[in-house]
Amino acid sequence: MLGTLTLLLSCQLAGELTARLLHLPVPGPVLGMVLLFAGLLVRGGVPEPLQETAGGILRHLSLLFVPAGVGVMAHLNRLEAEALPIAAALLGSTLIGVALTAWVMSVLSRRGPDAETGNGEDAP
Amino acid sequence: MSPDFHEIWVYLSASPLAGLTLTLAAYQAGMWVFERFGRRPALNPVMIAVLLIAATLMVAGIDYRTYFDGAQFVHFLLGPATVALAVPLYRQFQQVRRSAVALLVALLTGSAASALSAVGIAWALGASERTMLSLAPKSVTSPIAMGVSEQIGGLPSLTAVFVILTGIIAASFGTWVLNLVRVTDWRARGFGLGVAAHGIGTARALQVNEVAGAFAGLGMGLNGLVTAILLPVLYRLFFT
Repeated sequence: MLGTLTLLLSCQLAGELTARLLHLPVPGPVLGMVLLFAGLLVRGGVPEPLQETAGGILRHLSLLFVPAGVGVMAHLNRLEAEALPIAAALLGSTLIGVALTAWVMSVLSRRGPDAETGNGEDAP
Repeated sequence: MSPDFHEIWVYLSASPLAGLTLTLAAYQAGMWVFERFGRRPALNPVMIAVLLIAATLMVAGIDYRTYFDGAQFVHFLLGPATVALAVPLYRQFQQVRRSAVALLVALLTGSAASALSAVGIAWALGASERTMLSLAPKSVTSPIAMGVSEQIGGLPSLTAVFVILTGIIAASFGTWVLNLVRVTDWRARGFGLGVAAHGIGTARALQVNEVAGAFAGLGMGLNGLVTAILLPVLYRLFFT
């Protein structure tokens, strides 16, 4: 637990430092995630304690959104003034995003094997 | 009696203890309501906790800054949690290598479409630039979305609100819209929810189907990465 927490924080710190030193437009924790991912690829597996700690944190991931979410208080004026564009943008873009991603994925994974056999026709 | 109470009040509002306790208690109340009423997507625990805390702060006359000073211990954990996303990403990476091309194309299409349509719709209806920039990264999990928002000149706390609302919208209407476009493949359905609606979409996919859940988790992690890299670049191309 203590060891893996240190590992996670070290990856984050390394990510922050890399992003700042190289002026990369990527948040430090994301680079930390890439670092840890690369480490896991090299190691070829997830150590048991890391699995437990990561699982524990991610199980309560939604709790971590709460303090920032309460920030809605600080933005009530803006939300009220721009209610229509905000509501339409959130609703429209979310439904477009879900539908388009799933549709493209299903079309491509259906066509994949067909293309290999040279048969371009859609299956019934 | 009342001078004592005043002293206690001064002490409490200056220490992180009250804000921290309020956050944990409100979240657990949110979870309880969510479980108690059949895990309905509309009763999202985060949403309930946020509303409870906001109402408490307003009644007690405490401003958001003061509360956040206390609650930032919880907020800080978003960093290590983002790093920890590497673990599910790695575990699923092995399973989904075979559909890599389909995943990649769907990811790039869905990621770009989510961000561009959000900004486009907001722009067409006359939103301010600050609001549009805060909307752009709303499809990814909030630690990443807030980081990106800060970088492109949005308001991270406003983005966090948009992220949560996006998740709730997808959890509520996702099944309907996926049936509408006639996607029956669980992998694709899950991936769509994860790419467009991060952790809340993933939680929803997991409730419905295990394969969908795995692909949703993958979609969430990958879109976090893509958005973190692409949006700041797009922003520099269009806004500066």
